[in-house]
Amino acid sequence: MPAPHLHEIRAGFLPLLDSAILVAAREKAFAEDEAINLTLIRENSWANIRDRMAVGHFQIAHMLGPMPIAARLGLTPLQLDVIAPMALGLGGNAVTISVDLAEAMAGHGGLSGLHAAVSVERLAQVVRDRKSGHRPPLSFAVVHPFSAHNYDLRYWLAAGGIDPEQDVQIVIVPPPLMADALKSGQIDGFCVGEPWNSLAVSLGAGVIATTKSAIWRSSPEKVLAVSSSLEVEEPDLLAAILRALYRSAEWCGHADHHEELAALLARPEYVGLDQKLLLPALQGRLRHRGGDVAKVQDFFVPFDKAATFPWQSHALWFYSQMVRWGHATWNLEDAQGAAQVYRPDLYRAAVSPLGAAVPAANSKVEGALQTPTHVGSSEGSLILGPDGFFDDRIFDPEQVEAYVKEQQV
Amino acid sequence: MSNAQLSVLVIDENRIRASIIEAGLRDAGHDQVTLVSDVQAVALRIRDLEPDVIVIDLENPNRDMLENMFQLSRVVKRPIAMFVDRSDQASIEAAVEAGVSAYVVDGLRQERVKPILDMAISRFNAFSRMESELDAARSELAERKVIERAKGILMRTKSIDEQEAYALLRKTAMNQNRRLSEIAQSLVTASSLLDPED
Repeated sequence: MPAPHLHEIRAGFLPLLDSAILVAAREKAFAEDEAINLTLIRENSWANIRDRMAVGHFQIAHMLGPMPIAARLGLTPLQLDVIAPMALGLGGNAVTISVDLAEAMAGHGGLSGLHAAVSVERLAQVVRDRKSGHRPPLSFAVVHPFSAHNYDLRYWLAAGGIDPEQDVQIVIVPPPLMADALKSGQIDGFCVGEPWNSLAVSLGAGVIATTKSAIWRSSPEKVLAVSSSLEVEEPDLLAAILRALYRSAEWCGHADHHEELAALLARPEYVGLDQKLLLPALQGRLRHRGGDVAKVQDFFVPFDKAATFPWQSHALWFYSQMVRWGHATWNLEDAQGAAQVYRPDLYRAAVSPLGAAVPAANSKVEGALQTPTHVGSSEGSLILGPDGFFDDRIFDPEQVEAYVKEQQV
Repeated sequence: MSNAQLSVLVIDENRIRASIIEAGLRDAGHDQVTLVSDVQAVALRIRDLEPDVIVIDLENPNRDMLENMFQLSRVVKRPIAMFVDRSDQASIEAAVEAGVSAYVVDGLRQERVKPILDMAISRFNAFSRMESELDAARSELAERKVIERAKGILMRTKSIDEQEAYALLRKTAMNQNRRLSEIAQSLVTASSLLDPED
């Protein structure tokens, strides 16, 4: 039997839990079913992913949600024409702090499980203590300036009365080096994707203070970045890629597959860490402090709740935070440009033939759903939410300018 | 030489490769070359040195940290851009292919910086070639050792001479359409399972 013709697709990724959808698309043959030979190339930095996409080494990549927006706004050092026609799951990050910082917070009542509001309130007390004692500000690491990690961490700090620009220092550290940086005292905390929080806890270097899902439930993280030339030149191939990844996400989301997925991700060519460190995040059972395990609802959602749908409201929220922290300036044209980088139209057209339940809207009001809610979709029923911010604020994509102004106060 | 005043910082955790680049730059008349292999201290060095050109290998996971420093922080006084010219696609491609990246102080003229980047690219490529030649030599040596051991096993167990043992390995490899060294390795593995004393 002659081998069917396979389209060669090369994808760059970083060793993180949320590379899962790409990894399973290859290893469980969802890509092959769509006549795609998906080659996955592990990279060391987001800068490399960007550069290698820019020169055409990768047609698609695992990418931080705000990065394609930053590229569209001309904020990246290298020209990059990409779109985000799919998200690679919701959540998946946590904030881990050093054992010393956790002890200092214990003096003010300490952590309360992974509660976002309590942990930031206690943290704010430590920040004030250090200020009055003329001690240097605490230092927190994130993986990249244009990352959900950076914007979630800043949102959490600011909502707790800590000015991320004045009261603490925010630095950049690559995920695999986070645990060491925390252990050696270079930093006092970090916000990073799994399994790098679990690794720090298992090494005794830190304690998980809160999770992305606690700061903003069902919040956006990585996207699938696709080079614009692929969209223009091979739209059918792009649709096939999206279908393969959709089916892969469905497989990843199924509880029966979590052990197998953890074992796949543990392989040296993917994340390269013990599967015991990968499984807790998939199962939503985090070992957050010593031997204590906490059940975390929706810690990482690869499929349910339209987790791979590229909501334009997510893109707009990222843009609002770029403006908030001085990474971009506000104007309506850029806001529209930012929203248009995310392409729900391509997603809907590609996966609808699978009989998938896809949201009918391109945007939603973020933080509006207090409980799981049925929403309008193309097929059957689709449940979204809850999706609240921990401080109960609402982000209405129709009112971005007002939201930006409100946050600048 | 006008290039002599440019100060160049080479960040590479691979000290051998860094020295090769440094030698190349010095040969081309650049006297102000600094090597950094420990990235942790790089922020301070950059502040002190105020380099005009920074060359870094793409394997380095700290590129995101460096770019953040150039773009957003107050550590670096002078704005730094990636490569000289965003539109110089050929240079960018050649650099990424070679595994190197360069950042330059904004406003430097392309003709002053391009020779430095070209030098770094060619030295990176030369280093990769050297490494792959070394790898090839190492694996060839390893293969030869395995074949010697396999011959020894056959000679002992089948009471044949060296030439016959080699011929048998070759014939098996040809019949099975596999490489001689693979057959030898299989035999050595099987033999060690059957007779742990071997």
